[in-house]
Amino acid sequence: MQTTSDEALIAKIAKGDRAAMEALFTRYRVRVFRFVLRMVRNEAIAEELNSDVFLDVWRQAGTFEGRSAVSTWIFSIARFKALTALQRRPEAELDDERADAIEDDADDPEVALAKKDKAAVLRQCLVKLSAEHREIVNLVYYQHKSVEEVSAIVGIPEATVKTRMFYARKKLSELLAELGIERGWP
Amino acid sequence: MNAANNNTANGREPSEIELLLPWYAAGTLDLSESAEVEAALARDPELARRFEWVRAEFAQELSINEEAASPPDNDVKALFAKIDALPARRSAASAVVSAMASSGFVGRIAEYLAVLSPRTVAWSAMAAALAIVLQAGLIAGIMFKERNPGGYDTASTPTSARGDGSDVLIRFQPQASAADISNFLAANKLSIVAGPSGGQLYRVQVATTKLAKPELTDIVKRLQGDKVIGFIAISEQ
Repeated sequence: MQTTSDEALIAKIAKGDRAAMEALFTRYRVRVFRFVLRMVRNEAIAEELNSDVFLDVWRQAGTFEGRSAVSTWIFSIARFKALTALQRRPEAELDDERADAIEDDADDPEVALAKKDKAAVLRQCLVKLSAEHREIVNLVYYQHKSVEEVSAIVGIPEATVKTRMFYARKKLSELLAELGIERGWP
Repeated sequence: MNAANNNTANGREPSEIELLLPWYAAGTLDLSESAEVEAALARDPELARRFEWVRAEFAQELSINEEAASPPDNDVKALFAKIDALPARRSAASAVVSAMASSGFVGRIAEYLAVLSPRTVAWSAMAAALAIVLQAGLIAGIMFKERNPGGYDTASTPTSARGDGSDVLIRFQPQASAADISNFLAANKLSIVAGPSGGQLYRVQVATTKLAKPELTDIVKRLQGDKVIGFIAISEQ
């Protein structure tokens, strides 16, 4: 049960309190891990990034000023680390990933079956979104971040947050259409 | 202006209300924005149709994440190994604070200032977070009473293995009290089996047997009108 606020834990971590660090880590480790995993699509890298994120939290807790929620701050760190990791990945790995993402499965019987299930196709399309679109979809739907919080995490204006989410959904519509499901605009 | 007039496939921009639909589905709009979206959905059937797609996306993104890998159990050890490998700068600073704290009034003042400076607290965010934390605590109490009369469990950990029952995902309205939620669960013969996961979602068992999707859909439709429900969807697991 969560009884200590994130802000109180950060204050304790700033003083070197390891129990507070463990409590905050326990609270966010799965969410942060899955956020970076959705971006980098590699469990080993996501594991490494997850601990790096909280290592930064440990080191920088004393500089946290509370201008945003603690979770917003943590996700900002996670995002930066995931993007850096993506930039470092060998081009060959990214090519493999792209190939997976755009795999043409038009004649695959499993996909033909999946077409009958809107949910399964939608899920397939969500996975195929670009890193930028996966990021915002994850922040809005899974991490439950407000427009303001996404703006702070991603570092873009709130209006851009809304339009980026809209274009992510528009891309989803295009992917759905490619698999035979027309849902209109977006 | 309704959604159908505003942004058909001719390239015109979406309305502000349509842009907000994902946040409405996630329950992260403020009250006035939520009221605006609700009113628009009530008067615009095309917008309501599109919102059903938003809800479907929302449910699938949750499902993708819930089924994704989890970090390894020993990750906390890996974290502290990295922390311990850091230069002793932090430990030295800690020692100074401890020494000051043990020196009486001056120490207490020093510790107090160390905690507060130069913090600018976002009070509204804290209040909202506190409300969610309190609700999670209250719901954990309900789960505790229902399922573990003699044991201990946490609010964020699945409390039962997924068996042959039928589950839905529910996010309760932030303003719903423990009594409201408890009465809702009792009246509908429901039990919370896990949660909260990302976004304060609880897995709630609606039947002890596997129901067909149409039956589950009917149950979801019946329950979603209740005042305590913020979001409800069939669990894909």
